Amino acid sequence: MKHLRSIDELGKEGLERLLESTAQMAEINRRPIPKVPALRGKTVVSLFFEDSTRTRMSFETAAKRLSAETMTFSVSTSSVNKGESLRDTVETISDMGVHAFVVRHKSAGVPWQISQWTNASIINAGDGAHQHPTQAIVDCYTVRESLGLTSLNGLRVAIVGDIKHSRVARSNVAAFTLLGARVTLVAPPTLLPPNTATWPVNVAHSLDEVVKSTDVLYMLRLQSERMDQGLIPHLGEYSTRFGLTEARAQNLQSSSVVMHPGPMNRGVEMLIDPADLPNSLIHKQVANGVSARMAVLFDLLARGGELHSLQEEVVQ
Amino acid sequence: MNIEKIAASSKAVMSGPDVSRAISRIAHEIVERNQGAHNVVLIGLQRGGTWIADQLAERIALIEPGLNVPNGSLDVSMHRDDIGLRPIVPGAISDIPFDINGAVVVLVDDVLYTGRTVRAALEGLNNFGRPRSVQLAVIVDRGHRELPIRPDFVGKNIPTQISDEVEVSVDGVVITAVQS
Repeated sequence: MKHLRSIDELGKEGLERLLESTAQMAEINRRPIPKVPALRGKTVVSLFFEDSTRTRMSFETAAKRLSAETMTFSVSTSSVNKGESLRDTVETISDMGVHAFVVRHKSAGVPWQISQWTNASIINAGDGAHQHPTQAIVDCYTVRESLGLTSLNGLRVAIVGDIKHSRVARSNVAAFTLLGARVTLVAPPTLLPPNTATWPVNVAHSLDEVVKSTDVLYMLRLQSERMDQGLIPHLGEYSTRFGLTEARAQNLQSSSVVMHPGPMNRGVEMLIDPADLPNSLIHKQVANGVSARMAVLFDLLARGGELHSLQEEVVQ
Repeated sequence: MNIEKIAASSKAVMSGPDVSRAISRIAHEIVERNQGAHNVVLIGLQRGGTWIADQLAERIALIEPGLNVPNGSLDVSMHRDDIGLRPIVPGAISDIPFDINGAVVVLVDDVLYTGRTVRAALEGLNNFGRPRSVQLAVIVDRGHRELPIRPDFVGKNIPTQISDEVEVSVDGVVITAVQS
């Protein structure tokens, strides 16, 4: 595998390999000194054209724990402000001898486009409303590990909220489905993409019904920065119908778990303090994020053949 | 890159009972060298060394009644110096549920060859603490060292060709001559 741009590209076998590898990385992260020399001499660039706290920080932490060099590109202090194009930016950084780009961009497809301009591995850290594959790996691992499951076959997963704008939802639908889970989307019709009939999911519009019968309740962030088309009449109404309230949390089965990819909108989709939820996996998702991204970086960068072709390219 | 390997001949150089007796002797030697085993911890190298470490722990408990020697495992794949030069074998998970600071660590593996696995293990151990000393126990020393590393406890010294493959199990030691 050279790139990780979507869950489809990864496939079931690749996903399961990365979940195994994540468990191995989690052990490293529990050591008194959580650092191994596996990726010494490799350089990983985070190329973020959109804001991020946990994805960027966890990728950089992951790279450092594998002893890779990290470079951070920040759009606000870059020559993009002088009009430099995406292509010129990528080629410029690539010329410095880079082994992997971790890319986030507001437009879908940018990771595929970039991979035509560089020999480095491309990791999609979020492209528009399209894909966020490492988040899905984190989430599948977190569910498997926290529930002590070897297989997610038949597991009921409900993804709630702003599906339309959510790359997390798209990657998670693909990943959970590959592993055999049954995914239900819960959202107002205006926040569902038009093509969900072709997705391998069920669609529901009543969160009250779904909370009673799901194993995983996955709350999405309402993406208010993309909410300029009158898709919801009122934030309060959205909260009332699709927010996780104390009453709804009490209707969850005792074995059910609650997840959220962050950042949370407290008072919008999360009307209960997650600290008050008995089965919140939200902190575990963040902690496992480092392990899963270590697994991805190691999988992409610690292989023979492509490193040699990369070195040839850098010498030219 | 795919070099077709043709196994020319296999030869059993130790039987199952031979391996078992070697493990018993090494258990005695570990206890003798360390004047007992109260400060000794065993760490088997994933994956070939872990079952041997398990058996050593059992034998030491028979020699020194009432003494449970801590027994862990270490996966060295992240510390190897040949990452990127050969295909990656999916590793196993390290499990060292005890403090190694100040302990006498006996690293246990099936075969000692170039010494690079042991070098990686010594580096990996640093992540867990600072042992008072580290000793090395192997069932087979097949020669061809590439680093200044020597074993403290050896089941059997067996001269081999570099192209040979050596396999150690409870059923014995088999050397397969491979022609490429």
